[in-house]
This record gives sequence, C-alpha cells and structure tokens, in this order.
Amino acid sequence: MTRDAIKDLVLEIIKDIDEDADFEALQADQPLRDQLDLDSMDFLDIVMELRKRHKLQIPEEDYPQLASLDSCVNYLEPLLKNA
Amino acid sequence: MDSTQQRIVITGIGLAAPNADNLKDFRQKLLAGISEITEIDLRYFGPAPAGICTFDQTRYRKKKENKRGTRAGCLGVYCAHEAMRDSALDIDYYERDRIGVYIGLTEHGTVETENEIFNISQYNYDVNYWTHHHNPRTVLNNPAGEITMSLGITGPHYVIGAACAAGNASLIQGVQMLRLGEVDMALAGGISESTGSFGIFASFKAQGALGEAEDPRLACRPFDMARNGIVVSEGACIYVLERLDTALERGAKIYGEIAGYCINSDARDFVLPYDKRQAECMQQALKRAGLQPSDIDIINTHATGTRQGDIEECKAIRQVFAEAPATYINNTKSIIGHAMGAAGVLELAGNLPAFDDNMVHPTINIANLDPECALPNMVINKPVQLQSVSTILNNSFGMVGINSVIIVKKYVK
Repeated sequence: MTRDAIKDLVLEIIKDIDEDADFEALQADQPLRDQLDLDSMDFLDIVMELRKRHKLQIPEEDYPQLASLDSCVNYLEPLLKNA
Repeated sequence: MDSTQQRIVITGIGLAAPNADNLKDFRQKLLAGISEITEIDLRYFGPAPAGICTFDQTRYRKKKENKRGTRAGCLGVYCAHEAMRDSALDIDYYERDRIGVYIGLTEHGTVETENEIFNISQYNYDVNYWTHHHNPRTVLNNPAGEITMSLGITGPHYVIGAACAAGNASLIQGVQMLRLGEVDMALAGGISESTGSFGIFASFKAQGALGEAEDPRLACRPFDMARNGIVVSEGACIYVLERLDTALERGAKIYGEIAGYCINSDARDFVLPYDKRQAECMQQALKRAGLQPSDIDIINTHATGTRQGDIEECKAIRQVFAEAPATYINNTKSIIGHAMGAAGVLELAGNLPAFDDNMVHPTINIANLDPECALPNMVINKPVQLQSVSTILNNSFGMVGINSVIIVKKYVK
C-alpha cells in the first residue's frame, strides 16, 4: 500500500467514526487529537478498524505512533507494504 | 418542608413514540386511533410487528455521539432535551448538581451484547474483535448517563429496573427524591430500545406471547377475543418534575400533579400476573392520593394483549372500581404497542392532555370484546368526550411480579 493510500485509509476510518470530520485544514505533522473531535476511545476505534480491515494487531505500546497523520503513515507503511 | 414543597408537578414532557415525536401529535394520533406499528426484519428471527420511532436524532447531538452511544441513549437524549424545551426551563435555572435523572428500563445491554456477538461471529468468534465500547454501552446507567453528558447535568443519575413497570417506577423515584429534598428538579421517565433485540422477540414467541397479524397495525389487540400477544415497541418519554412552590414561582405550565402512587410485588410467579396484588396496588395508590375509586375519571390499563394478562387486570379493576360508574377505561398499547420501560410514562403522557380537552382516547383493534374483559365504560375504537377530566390512574405491571400505579390529578390554582 502506498503512503497516499495509507493516508486515505486512515482518513476514511476517521470519517467512519465522525462523518462531520473536516480535513480541509488538517496538518499532517500535528496531532490528530488537537485538530479533530477525537478522544482515546476514537483511537481505539482506529486500532480496531485496522485490525478488521487488514488484520493488524497493533500493540498498546505503539499507540502513540498513531498520533498524527504523518506518524500513522510512517508506522503503518512497513506493516501494510504487501496490502 | 411546607405542603407546596411536598406537592410534585409535571411541568415538561418530551417523547418519542412509534407514531409521534411530540405530545401534540401523539395526542392527535391517539384520539384518532392511528397506529403506525410496522413490520421489521430481525436478525435470526425474521419478520415481526414492532413499533419504531422516527425522530430527529441529530437535533440535540452529533451523529458521532449517537454512533458511540446506544439507541436507548439516543432516544433518551432527544426526549430529555424536548422535555426541557417544553418546560421552558433554562438548564441553569436550577443548580446543575441539584438536578436528578431517573430513567426506567425493562432491560439494558441486551441489544448491544447481541450486536457484539454477531460482530465477532464475522471473525470466527475471535474476542480480539470485541468492541471497547461494550462496557460503557451496557452499564445499566448508560441511558441516564448519556442524558447527563448531553445536558451537562452534574446531579445524580441512575436507572430503575422494574420490568415493564419501570417507567412508572422512575417517575415515582423522581417524586420521592424531590420530596426528600435530594434534588430541586428531576428528569424522570422510561426508555425502550427492545426492538433491537431478536432475543426479546424470540423469548415472547417461545412463551406463546408474541402478537402477530397480517397487518402489523392490527397485531396489538388488548381485550379482543382474537388477541395473541405483545407487540414490542421502542420509545421514550421523559418528564420534568418540580416542586409546586418552585414551579409556581417561575410561572411554569403544569400538566398535572402526582397525587398518589404504589409499587408492590406479587411474590408468586416469574411471568403470570396476579389480579389480587394489582387490585391492592390500585387501592393503596388511591388511599395515598386521598381519593375514592369513583373519583377517578380515566384508567389507562396496562393490558398488553395476552390472554391471561388482560383478564387478570380486568378482574383487578372490577374488584376496585365496582362502585365507580363514571370511570372510563382505555388502553394505549393497542395503538403504540408495548414500549416496555417507556410504556407507563408514554401512556400516561398520552392521557394527560385529557385535563384540557376532556377526551378519552380509545382502545383500538377490538372487533369482538372478550366477555371476561368487558368492563363498563371501556372506550372502544372511538374516543369519548367527557364533561370534565380531573384524575387519571395509570397501571403498569411487569414480569417477576411487579405492579405499579400512579394517579395524576389536574392542577387547579
């Protein structure tokens, strides 16, 4: 999966969680939580969706890697290289 | 406390019924006998008649919050806001920590658990796919808690489990907490999301107590010879309750005053109702209200459309109201189905406008009245106009032998 495809995947999952999410001004290097209406339960939703869609088992200690869109892509790129 | 502080009045009503999302429309539909019971298709179970509510789910909170919460929470939040709006109360009129939220539920967590088991069945029952939302959705206080989060209420919130008497029971809880001075305002009512559970339908079916008819609007037919069981509905109804003194002080519209109530137990059977205890419950409520049976203008019956349940209630009413020739009797479930934890409060709400219009809405779907249910002054298929209505007695009974009765009287200055 390309970096752009991974980015789209993460945004698609966030859109499923919050249909009203607005990505217009989203800064990819800034924490998602500071820019969108997301809390810790929503992050667990992202983890669950990645598990459901791509069978990824993300260990709890890696959750901070999902903080920003850029860090999500960096973290997920090797895990989804064959996806 | 002086007497006006012990007198508790209803000053706001928010509701979602299978045929209306506000009291005005609800009243019109009940008077016209318009049922909007429909057929739904349940997972594993198949088609069944059911009452489904249509209301503006995003009027008071975002789609995201509805998705995270429960259907019960969604119904409750809508009705709580509607009740506040109807009461013309600003949320800051009372201290937020002096507002209590008391919600009656027949059951909770059934829908969410069934959904989650179905979800993991798609992943070979791997519990790693079980949602982290399960616990906050299924804790019993969930619907009441969702209401406090949405309205920013910091007083007590909890639910009352009393089977299908739960709506009445929560209203009684609200009255008691106001009288005790624990809170200054209460949001009290009941909620049902039971139509989301195939298990509830399957259990009634297994018991031979699930209503069926080719036309789903005809499936719920209390007192009729052809009745064959319960029609499960979702719904909610929440009241704003205040002490009479503070309600008068702010010039509140008063729907009625809680005059008396009683909850008792059959102490006998898991499912079978018991006329003797039902009669005792009505008698005790009348005694507490300082009223005679002949003082009651309308009885809203609990009858659900099961063979024995309807007969037992009619026997109980006959025992208590033998000398009450001007008491009229109706049944709201025939129009909206059985809204479980919301039933008592929804049905009472549907009757309260009688204090203004003096009408008694009918029991519909009676083609052949069961002689064992033939009570005098039963309002059948068409509404009845009375000279005046000043008292309503509301029956609501539930499984495992719980009975509840509330008497509301018209408030006269």
